[in-house]
Amino acid sequence: MSKNWALLKRKENLQRRAWILQGIRQFFIEGGYLEVETPHRIPTPAPESYIDAVVSGPWFLHPSPELCMKRMMASGFEKIFQICRCWRDGERGRLHLPEFTLLEWYRAEADYTSLMDECEALVHFLAKGIGLGEKIFFRNQEIHLSETWERITVEEAFHRYTPYSMGDALKRNLFDELMVQDIEPKLGIGRPTLIYDYPAQRGALARLKKNDPGLAERFELYMGGVELANGFSELIDSEEQQRRFQLENENRRSWGKPIYSMPLKFLEELKEMPPSAGIALGVDRLVMVFNNAQTIDEVVAFTPEEL
Amino acid sequence: MYTASDLRKGLKIILDGDPYMVTFFEFSKPGKGQALYRTKLRNMITGLTIDRTFREGDTFEPASLEERAMQFLYKEGDHYYFMDNETYEQIMISEESLGEAKHFLTENLNVEVLLFKDKAIGVELPNFVNLRVIKTEAWVRGDTSKADFKPATLETGYVLRVPPFIEEGELITVDTRTGEFSKRVKE
Repeated sequence: MSKNWALLKRKENLQRRAWILQGIRQFFIEGGYLEVETPHRIPTPAPESYIDAVVSGPWFLHPSPELCMKRMMASGFEKIFQICRCWRDGERGRLHLPEFTLLEWYRAEADYTSLMDECEALVHFLAKGIGLGEKIFFRNQEIHLSETWERITVEEAFHRYTPYSMGDALKRNLFDELMVQDIEPKLGIGRPTLIYDYPAQRGALARLKKNDPGLAERFELYMGGVELANGFSELIDSEEQQRRFQLENENRRSWGKPIYSMPLKFLEELKEMPPSAGIALGVDRLVMVFNNAQTIDEVVAFTPEEL
Repeated sequence: MYTASDLRKGLKIILDGDPYMVTFFEFSKPGKGQALYRTKLRNMITGLTIDRTFREGDTFEPASLEERAMQFLYKEGDHYYFMDNETYEQIMISEESLGEAKHFLTENLNVEVLLFKDKAIGVELPNFVNLRVIKTEAWVRGDTSKADFKPATLETGYVLRVPPFIEEGELITVDTRTGEFSKRVKE
């Protein structure tokens, strides 16, 4: 007799997780989106400096469905969403699982500002749908959805919460440390935060701002200090995209990491993609926030360690 | 050689020449950014704790500590003397290096002495040790209003909270990992 009590204790969380998944589908289907499925196993991931794909035979498990979904957009699909499992090697912590669930959606003729609005609408819809209303209790504090959500640029956040400007932080190679230690804990406190306009080198697949090419049209959603979603206006210049991938691969090579071959079909078809915006939202983390869970472990049936 | 991704609580590593133990560990990774490994590390010689954030690709030497079975002999000022159970060699460890362990050392107690580069830097205690209560308030039998735990001073000078029925002169078992009362010893 060895009943798995740890698992049974998660029953309520997993029940709510199921409602959230249903709610997400309802939100997008009612919004005119088409639910799609793309292969989990792919020949090559998008080369990005800090994302390591899990090897699967001669191929890889996708770290996100980005490349395939953009190929769909390029071929003429205009509003698509997908909920799928993704894999990233070596990521394990209170907010990380090497296998996790992403919600990703794309919209033609839109930019990152319209995705910020859509994020707000989605969170409102889900909170209402599962009976939480306008107030979420998470990590010993209330997050009020009904208040005007905070919108702050990355530059402004550095100015407000650290002794460095964003540019100095990049030059001194302190950007990530300051982000994690000084800025993230201040985001999404009391109300959700949308933080936007990241440095260009932190958005390998994002469009740069027309009036300031040092910045990418990229944003993130935070609630209670937890990063929930990352969206941007898509880069649709295929040659520029190829140059960026090469740069990312050069970084990888210099750190002794495996480099990834060019996703040629993607680069070829990207030329046909209309101006679009796309976003990935961590479903496990959203379930965490809605369940007031302290760790990501509490909102999945099994962690890798429990298998 | 360890890399940052090997970090976990309890790991012993060398940093700037000193042995450190990881006492807190958290993995974080800001969106599209690099993996960061935030830790708290306790210097095993000085006992001081520092915060350190490591990045992917950082490497460090494991702190290989030798353990030797020894017996605690006596204390003189801030110096604690131990004897090697095999060679009968005597060594001294300072109060500073012993840290919390000093509260639980009684004559002839068997411990594991930790050596770093042949220098004794601390001890590993048994999980439970017996210690005598030398001072505590008397318990008025039948007085249920004082059902709460009360303070008691042990022979080493350590003060902890014990159940009301424990009396002066009694022997008790203490959990050295938490420093808390475990049970009364029947003599």
